Amino acid sequence: MADAERVPGFATLAIHAGAKPDPTTGARITPIYQTASFVFDDVDHAASLFGLQAFGNIYTRIGNPTCAVLEERVAALEGGTAGLAVASGHAAQVVVMHALMTPGDEFVASKKLYGGSINQFNHSYKNFGWNVVWADPDDIASFEKAMTPKTKAIFIESIANPGGVITDIEAVSKIARKAGVPLIVDNTLATPYLCKPFDYGANIVVHSLTKFLGGHGNSIGGMIVDGGNFNWTRKGQYPMLSEPRPEYSGIVLAETFGNFAFAIACRVLGLRDLGPALSPFNAFLIINGIETLPLRMQRHSDNALAVSEWLSKRPEVLWVSYPGLAGDKYNALAKKYVPKGCGAVFTFGLKGGHEAGVKLVSNVKLFSHLANIGDTRSLIIHPASTTHKQLSDAQKVQAGAGPDVVRLSIGLEDKDDIIADLEEGLTAA
Amino acid sequence: MNHDAYPDSYIRGILNSVKTIAMVGISPNTSRPSYFVFKYLLGRGYRMIPVNPGQAGKDILGQAFYAKLSDIPEPIDMVDIFRASEHVMPIVQEALTLKPKPQVIWMQLTIRDDAAALLAEQAGIKVVMNRCPKIEYGRLSTEISWIGVNSRTLSSKRAQILGKGVQRMGLGTPKD
Ligand SMILES: Cc1ncc(COP(=O)(O)O)c(C=O)c1O
Repeated sequence: MADAERVPGFATLAIHAGAKPDPTTGARITPIYQTASFVFDDVDHAASLFGLQAFGNIYTRIGNPTCAVLEERVAALEGGTAGLAVASGHAAQVVVMHALMTPGDEFVASKKLYGGSINQFNHSYKNFGWNVVWADPDDIASFEKAMTPKTKAIFIESIANPGGVITDIEAVSKIARKAGVPLIVDNTLATPYLCKPFDYGANIVVHSLTKFLGGHGNSIGGMIVDGGNFNWTRKGQYPMLSEPRPEYSGIVLAETFGNFAFAIACRVLGLRDLGPALSPFNAFLIINGIETLPLRMQRHSDNALAVSEWLSKRPEVLWVSYPGLAGDKYNALAKKYVPKGCGAVFTFGLKGGHEAGVKLVSNVKLFSHLANIGDTRSLIIHPASTTHKQLSDAQKVQAGAGPDVVRLSIGLEDKDDIIADLEEGLTAA
Repeated sequence: MNHDAYPDSYIRGILNSVKTIAMVGISPNTSRPSYFVFKYLLGRGYRMIPVNPGQAGKDILGQAFYAKLSDIPEPIDMVDIFRASEHVMPIVQEALTLKPKPQVIWMQLTIRDDAAALLAEQAGIKVVMNRCPKIEYGRLSTEISWIGVNSRTLSSKRAQILGKGVQRMGLGTPKD
């Protein structure tokens, strides 16, 4: 159906996008091209590849055919023009910012983010001279107030980890467009099955593939997707894209690569020079995971809704923050942005506070106590004592990780078993 | 033809049938996109003829420059225009005087002139605007997938290797 006019559906893309049978062997499943390097046809072919004049494979730090299938797959699912696979979700964020920022520049970020991202932005980025300015997703005007002439980007999560916060992507994208800066959306918790940020004006999507896209808790990986909908040619604003690059004998990437120039900039400047390449083996496992993404995300969401409803009726539980619950603060935004379901991850508060949280994670038997989300298995963690431990108390509360908070990532098991395990854990606590 | 969304079959048909391409406005600067496209198409087996009045008498990648389309002493299948939109009309008018007439007029990314397109189409010439033949060739041959680009194609047939190279894909037959 190569030339068909019809646009394939999501489930079809999840299985087929980017993965044709291997041209030399006919292998139907994408082979693991476990090789550091690739031979050239001749000297001119090599020069064309290094000069970005030809498409092809050079060295796995810059690109690899197994990783490329993953890149095209996720780009197709998000509705973007191109993808770039990297070693982790955090690497994706660094590579994106490296393409956008010069020392002294600022970016505005939602303060409701994964704790690791808050750390990365507050501390590691200081060494690059990239300055984060925080805004509050519950007060959209705070994004506008945070913008200055030095602002180069806005960063939000579609569904924020861990608190089940839904960000009004469209409202933030209007602020970004007005300022002439790209909106970056971390779509890890929603995945494109539940939400496609490009439909609401996002320009760049990043993922931790480690979570729901891979889906089986077996591989770390990250992805950058280019929306192909931002004009990078404004002189001086984004020099990686708009100025002649000395590394490539004066090529202007924005002119040479059209609507996928951002993904190319991340590859040939960011990934090439910073080096966080994804292993082809990890790419293979993640590609396999993505084939069942629509089935898994629906089940994750359905199970999570059932568990959150059950928890909200428990005497031990003070509050449950799941946007799928009727009456939840984010329920209206959820209906707009994630109508099929709100994903697997949510938090709830225990009347017994910090101590009750620690007891619960120790008493469950089906839930695994670990720092991850997006596994087939149900996962539990007490963020205040683990993932969000480095944050100040005020930051913890801001990030939705106060002392009484327990975070769940609901798996694909039978929901009755998940609920029974929590019931045992709560009553033992 | 709806010039906002070309069917893949239309583009594939063009790239599979033309053999000689005159590129108007190709820069001798090897960092410019026009040079990339010229070199790429040459490597995919097309006969490439560079057209640029400032370069007449010189050559690029072994191909002699001509000052204008009507100076080219052989039939041209496709004219690929690398000039800003406001310069397109006279180039199309000149192309229409060629004997035989070219089968295709192609305008590069960001270049579009609907009046010139209509004129060419009324003369039975196929027109493509605001597209790059290198990107389209790369997309339909699947080569572009190697750099993570969404080719927007799905197939359960394997891609066709082109010539003797190890990293060179061809367009295959329309049913692929
Ligand atoms: C929303 C979100 N973004 C980014 C990351 C970082 O991804 P990785 O662990 O793959 O570097 C995580 C990891 O927990 C996450 O949950």
